[in-house]
Amino acid sequence: MIDLLKNPLTLITLTFLIYWGAGWLQKISRQSWLSPMLITIAALIALLKVSGLSYESYYESGRMIEFWLKPAIVALGLPLFNELRHIRRQFMTLFLTELAGCVVGIVSVVLIAKWCGASPEVIRSLAPKSVSTPIAIEISRQIGGIPALTSAIVVVVGMIGAATGLKMMNWGHVRGPVSRSLSMGTAAHVMGTNRISEFGDRYSAYATLGLILNGLLTAFLAPPLTTLLL
Amino acid sequence: MAKQFGIIFACLGIGELLALIPGLDIPGSILGMLLLCLLLERGWVRPQTIAPICKFLISNMAFFFIPPGVALMLYFDLIAAEWLPITMATVVSIMLVLIVTGRLHQYLHRRLRPKRR
Repeated sequence: MIDLLKNPLTLITLTFLIYWGAGWLQKISRQSWLSPMLITIAALIALLKVSGLSYESYYESGRMIEFWLKPAIVALGLPLFNELRHIRRQFMTLFLTELAGCVVGIVSVVLIAKWCGASPEVIRSLAPKSVSTPIAIEISRQIGGIPALTSAIVVVVGMIGAATGLKMMNWGHVRGPVSRSLSMGTAAHVMGTNRISEFGDRYSAYATLGLILNGLLTAFLAPPLTTLLL
Repeated sequence: MAKQFGIIFACLGIGELLALIPGLDIPGSILGMLLLCLLLERGWVRPQTIAPICKFLISNMAFFFIPPGVALMLYFDLIAAEWLPITMATVVSIMLVLIVTGRLHQYLHRRLRPKRR
């Protein structure tokens, strides 16, 4: 039984089936916070723990799935191209907004973690938290963080952003549809984008723009800012 | 299909190569994304050529996140020891980013509104 479970094919099949089931669960329960991704992660961790398997046994199947993250980042070149028209027309507004979002994100997370007594490796793993996993992992590696911890934190950030982001923005009086979309993409990468995309294509376009621009800026700014602050 | 994947992976490959240049501290996938955008902008690749694959990859990104999410189980000890700073920093920072980005955009959008014809 355990041997069968250790087979990469079994684990990859299970990943697909659980994700499919979780998507169905989200649909019938109409609870948008029940993210299929989150349910699948929790279910797989529980399954591995219960059957006494280590993460390494999942790694082989996991690698095959994770492999597609990089091409998916490249694919963002298409929405970026589609948004070029908007970017050109509102270049200063978008650039200043994203620059502020990026700097506030890095500086606040690094300083608060430092004041609360986090260890330097954890702080370095936290710095690129707002951008999507493949970008964040590369940045984390570059500045001396723990890439796997970064990817976990990135997922958690996405979950928090998707679950509470809209409420936080209501509370902070962020009302404009474009501003809300940009914020969600900037703060909570793909998962924030997913959440706000439920309102329509225009939301999705600006959230993607926030996600892409923050990814780019963080790649440039995270290394010097962390060195400066630590 | 082959053409579409060919274009995506060629961009990724060239991006990864460029990332090897010393001093260029940008992930290869990001450079690949910029390269794809450049190809589209120059008109060397037509958007409709790669649209299906791009849509597929982007709309399934959440699924590709599952393995790094499962890796969380490796760090339960570290997280148990430092959960407070991690949670505090993360939650406050998300809130600040959401509000600063949103409010600044609202403000600048009103101030620097491009002239409409």
